[in-house]
Amino acid sequence: MNPHHFLASIGAVFLNGLSAAGRMALFTLSTLSHCVRPPIYLRLLARQMIDIGYYSLPVVGLTALFTGMVLALQTYTGFSNFAAESSVPTVVVLSVTRELGPVIGALMVAGRIGAAIAAELGTMRVTDQIDALTTLSTNPFKYLVVPRVLAGTIAMPILVFIADIIGVFGGFLVGSYKLHFNPSAYLQHTADFLQTNDVTAGLVKAAVFGFVIALMGCYFGYNSKGGAEGVGAATTYAVVSASILILLLDYVLTAILFVGR
Amino acid sequence: MNPKAPSGTPKIAVRGLKKSFGRKVVLDGLDLEIGVGESVVVIGGSGTGKSVLAKCIIGLMRADGGSIKIDGEEMMGRPTGERERVMRKFGMLFQGSALFDSLPVWQNVAFGLIQGHNIARAEAKKTALEKLAQVGLGPEVGELRPSELSGGMQKRVALARAICAEPEIIIFDEPTTGLDPIMADVINDLIIKCVRQLGATAMSITHDMVSARKIADRIAMIYKGKIIWSGPTAEIDHSGNAHVEQFIHGRAEGPIQMEVRAH
Repeated sequence: MNPHHFLASIGAVFLNGLSAAGRMALFTLSTLSHCVRPPIYLRLLARQMIDIGYYSLPVVGLTALFTGMVLALQTYTGFSNFAAESSVPTVVVLSVTRELGPVIGALMVAGRIGAAIAAELGTMRVTDQIDALTTLSTNPFKYLVVPRVLAGTIAMPILVFIADIIGVFGGFLVGSYKLHFNPSAYLQHTADFLQTNDVTAGLVKAAVFGFVIALMGCYFGYNSKGGAEGVGAATTYAVVSASILILLLDYVLTAILFVGR
Repeated sequence: MNPKAPSGTPKIAVRGLKKSFGRKVVLDGLDLEIGVGESVVVIGGSGTGKSVLAKCIIGLMRADGGSIKIDGEEMMGRPTGERERVMRKFGMLFQGSALFDSLPVWQNVAFGLIQGHNIARAEAKKTALEKLAQVGLGPEVGELRPSELSGGMQKRVALARAICAEPEIIIFDEPTTGLDPIMADVINDLIIKCVRQLGATAMSITHDMVSARKIADRIAMIYKGKIIWSGPTAEIDHSGNAHVEQFIHGRAEGPIQMEVRAH
């Protein structure tokens, strides 16, 4: 292979990456600036809150329930080797509120909502509906992007708070009925080691993840092109990039919120 | 060639408009004027830049160079806020209708009034139903979803939406594409009627010569990013331009060679 072509292709990939990062940064800045400037379409915001928050509750709740149950079982089997079974409630509540509630909840929502947003906006783009909004004196950013991003950022912490309760309840069920913990002692242990910061830090993570999920869905949907294939690709990119960013930001936020304090 | 409007300050004046996508030059210093109340149809083959021209004029696409004046006001390089004010003069009918499938028909028609002009929903609904009646659709259609309508009905709804806010300029992008000849003629008649009632200026882009002859006061032909001929509709058959002759008679042989690749 010609070394010039090889270097040129590496350069092209690098430049394309930079240009994509730049476009995404501009889209994010534009979204943030529109979020703080009126008008905000409250009716659309409410509808998106219901779509993102309320309709995601069954899938996120079920995931949280089984996560809490499995966590209690695994912790028990591991910790019983060195007689530390009494730590099960503590491990369950801290893991669920700090990590598993926000991260697993966000990954489920990324699959459900990120894909739906990208597909909806992508279809609107390729059928000229987004251009039609502009010709009808309506800013597509304010009408389509802002309600979804705001709803994602507000609904996700509420969703994760409920998921936290369900996850801890799942651990409690397994602890009480399968592992034969005393129910009141289990709850006492749970409460003793849980601090407000554990919950609020998890909710901060959830808000950031909600913002990222909606933003990725909007970005890839809004910029999709090329008909049905383009919409399919936008949906895939939205879910994959949101999932990767959730895991990456989880590390960054954990380092800031827990290690840094 | 005469790309100028008949007289007075033109409603739309395009000068030296340039637009490229990568190495592909789509508009190459295009000139076009459209007078107040005039109906101009831009004809040309697929991929010659008709839609790009319309999107540049209405502000959906940013041109690389040249000048676009609306009522004498320069649009190129203007801040977004000022451009949005001028763009309120426009209405547009899209090729695929571009109706919002999440909303019922009446809300589609009233959309610009409710969201863009802050008119109360009840009043906007009344106006929307009047506009639907104007394009021959009853109030019961207002409650349906766009997906429940035929292609011809969708085009009528899109026309009602384009005229609902009573724009000064209406752009029709391929208004009869995909319709049977009878429905195409119905849409042509509705376009003429609605434009006359509003006293609006109209710019249509099409490759349907039957439609062009019917709705145009003046026809302009675009080829290789420039207007190569423009004149009154009655003169199209005596243009003396080989490109126009080939296009209006739909001949494969002639100076226009169809590109088989987009880029």
